Amino acid sequence: MAYEKVNELNLKDTELRLGLPGTEQVKEEQDVSCVRSNKRQLQSDNEEESTTPPAKTQIVGWPPVRSYRKNSNNNNSVSYVKVSMDGAPYLRKIDLKTYKNYAELLKALENMFKFTIGEYCEREGYKGSEVVPTYEDKDGDWMLVGDVPWDMFSSSCKRLRIMKGSDALALDSAL
Amino acid sequence: MSEDEEDQSPPPSDLRSQQQQQRPPCSPNKSRNCISSSSQTFPDHVLENVLENVLQFLESRTDRNAASLVCKLWWKVEGLTRSEVFIGNCYALSPTRLTQRFKRVRSLLLKGKPRFADFNLMPPDWGANFAPWVSTMAKAYPWLEKVDLKRIFVSDDDLALLAHSFPGFKELILVCCEGFGTSGIAVVANKCRKLKVLDLIESEVTDDEVDWISCFPEDVTCLESLAFDCVEAPINFKALEALVIRSPFLRKLRLNRFVSLEEVHRLLLGAPQLTSLGTGSFKHDNQSEQEQEPDYAAAFRACKSVVCLSGFRELMPEYLPAILPVCANLTSLNFSYANISPDMFKPIIHTCHKLQVFWALDSICDEGLQAVAATCKELRELRIFPFDPREDSEGPVSELGLQAISEGCRKLESVLYFCQRMTNAALIAMSHNCPELTVFRLCIMGRHRPDHVTGKAMDEGFGAIVKNCKKLTRLAVSGLLTDQAFRYMGEYGKLIRTLSVAFAGDSDMALRHVLEGCPRLQKLEIRDSPFGDVALRSGMHRYYNMRFVWMSACSLSMGCCKDVARAMPNLVVEVIGSDDDDENREFVETLYMYRSLDGPRKDAPQFVTIL
Repeated sequence: MAYEKVNELNLKDTELRLGLPGTEQVKEEQDVSCVRSNKRQLQSDNEEESTTPPAKTQIVGWPPVRSYRKNSNNNNSVSYVKVSMDGAPYLRKIDLKTYKNYAELLKALENMFKFTIGEYCEREGYKGSEVVPTYEDKDGDWMLVGDVPWDMFSSSCKRLRIMKGSDALALDSAL
Repeated sequence: MSEDEEDQSPPPSDLRSQQQQQRPPCSPNKSRNCISSSSQTFPDHVLENVLENVLQFLESRTDRNAASLVCKLWWKVEGLTRSEVFIGNCYALSPTRLTQRFKRVRSLLLKGKPRFADFNLMPPDWGANFAPWVSTMAKAYPWLEKVDLKRIFVSDDDLALLAHSFPGFKELILVCCEGFGTSGIAVVANKCRKLKVLDLIESEVTDDEVDWISCFPEDVTCLESLAFDCVEAPINFKALEALVIRSPFLRKLRLNRFVSLEEVHRLLLGAPQLTSLGTGSFKHDNQSEQEQEPDYAAAFRACKSVVCLSGFRELMPEYLPAILPVCANLTSLNFSYANISPDMFKPIIHTCHKLQVFWALDSICDEGLQAVAATCKELRELRIFPFDPREDSEGPVSELGLQAISEGCRKLESVLYFCQRMTNAALIAMSHNCPELTVFRLCIMGRHRPDHVTGKAMDEGFGAIVKNCKKLTRLAVSGLLTDQAFRYMGEYGKLIRTLSVAFAGDSDMALRHVLEGCPRLQKLEIRDSPFGDVALRSGMHRYYNMRFVWMSACSLSMGCCKDVARAMPNLVVEVIGSDDDDENREFVETLYMYRSLDGPRKDAPQFVTIL
């Protein structure tokens, strides 16, 4: 998965994409479906070549689920997550739905745990800061906060961990 | 609400004469007063009275339709005594025809838009307005008691007219409707003093910021059922609590997500006679001042009569065990708005031995379904919805869950199952294990997806379903399907009334098999399948006997649709356009056609062309 491990090189060459090998075009779909589709790549090895469907755009009205139901599920996406900070005696809980973007979330975390965090950039993570915010996603993997779009993050985040000190440095240097 | 009920108008074997006389033809050999030749001396009105007294006991629609075909007298008297009318397609006839034929209607069940409109396959404002019906009935049926609408556009004015025109009005049920808001509901609540049922189900209700709960009259109400889980507007809880207290007959209550768990708790303590409860939001408010959490389980324990549970919006799973005291009695459980993991789910379901109806999200996984199969031996209806309804999402449920269900729940009658992977073997197993199946709707969310183990098309699986489930009346297919699957449907699907097809089939032959082989087919909805003019023409002998045919993104030409319209004058053939440039269009975007006794409708919007 393109966004899976923190220490994988996130370069175009090694980037996993939707589509048969040799094809240049990458469908600019919603980001979440790109992530999901990589899992399907593995499965499609079992299927006959002729039945592998072409790269998919989101089709109107498919799957046939009423928008009423879709909207309700969006309301229900996991909201409360535990937040742990290395060295802190107890955990906290926050409702991810109360934040609209990473900036708001990080500010709230800063206030809660009394730390300051550096600027995020795609290449180097939170370079120069004493703490690194990480999260556990639906698959059980620990990821760096900020790599994926906010919506994808807020629906897949199971818990947060603010890493500190030497752990954080090790993470940074691996990037 | 069952969609298996038959249409109200009798199958027109001789449609033209019906058009002329508005009466079924009477055999010329029958004597004038069709009862027996020896009673020729009795005047007609005496016989009418006798017949009235007899026919008023006939309740079933099909019986009544049959009775009305006996002769003119029976037709007339049946029309006088029918109190509940079912109209499966609001455009099949005009409101005037309804009031002319049936004189003493107390209850109307009306359906409007075709089902595929739910999935944004039709532009809004297509039609199906309640207005002409309510205004006609206001004059003709002052004693009207019940209105049950599905996919109908209802305005606040319509609701106001309803509330003012029918003093004895008792039941309002709106399913998948839209066009009204809380202000319209407030008028109904206020003016309909005999109101027993107010059920708003999966409808779009605009928030007019009206406190409609407070609009119910002050004295004791007749309310038996109040459902407003789809109303996306805050509720005056104090007023609701007071309403529940002064509604001693209230048995069914479905709250919306703006009612908190603490508030549900208070309501339950005051209304232990409830049989059906839809909880609101199922999360504890951490910010609240109370030191101790309310004993939610105690409130549920007090509700000894609850057999039907739903809601669970915004669920905090750790509070789910509060419902355990009622689980042993539950016959119906709806978790389909709650994202519950298998670990949270299993302890709950293991106590639900009497469960007959179960709706849930696929977040319970195959593991959860196995738990259902192990416990719920009385299960009749299963619906599994996708938490993440996209083609390429993860699939927490698969053929494993379905197979387990088929092995554990032998009395299963109705299945709706969304998944990402399926096998023919699982369907074949289900077809053998569950002979009582009448409804089988499988949605493999990835289009054209084959059996994920064998790589073959899903033909054999669906073939087994139609062949072995001899009571099957409703079928929805998906996955990779060739013409062979449809050959099976035509050969074995003799009782099928409703068929939904999407992204399936190879050629016209597929549709031909179905149109030629399924004599009971009433409702046919097809999208994105390679069926063209040849297929459409092959069904012309059937279309007068069907409620509707929907075909979108198929290969139909405008010319062929025009031919069909010309050949069948009592068929309304609607071509619904899209935003594309019409000139360049080779194929019709959407065809929607249905029989009508009163010709094409006058309220068609611009994007609809009636051929």
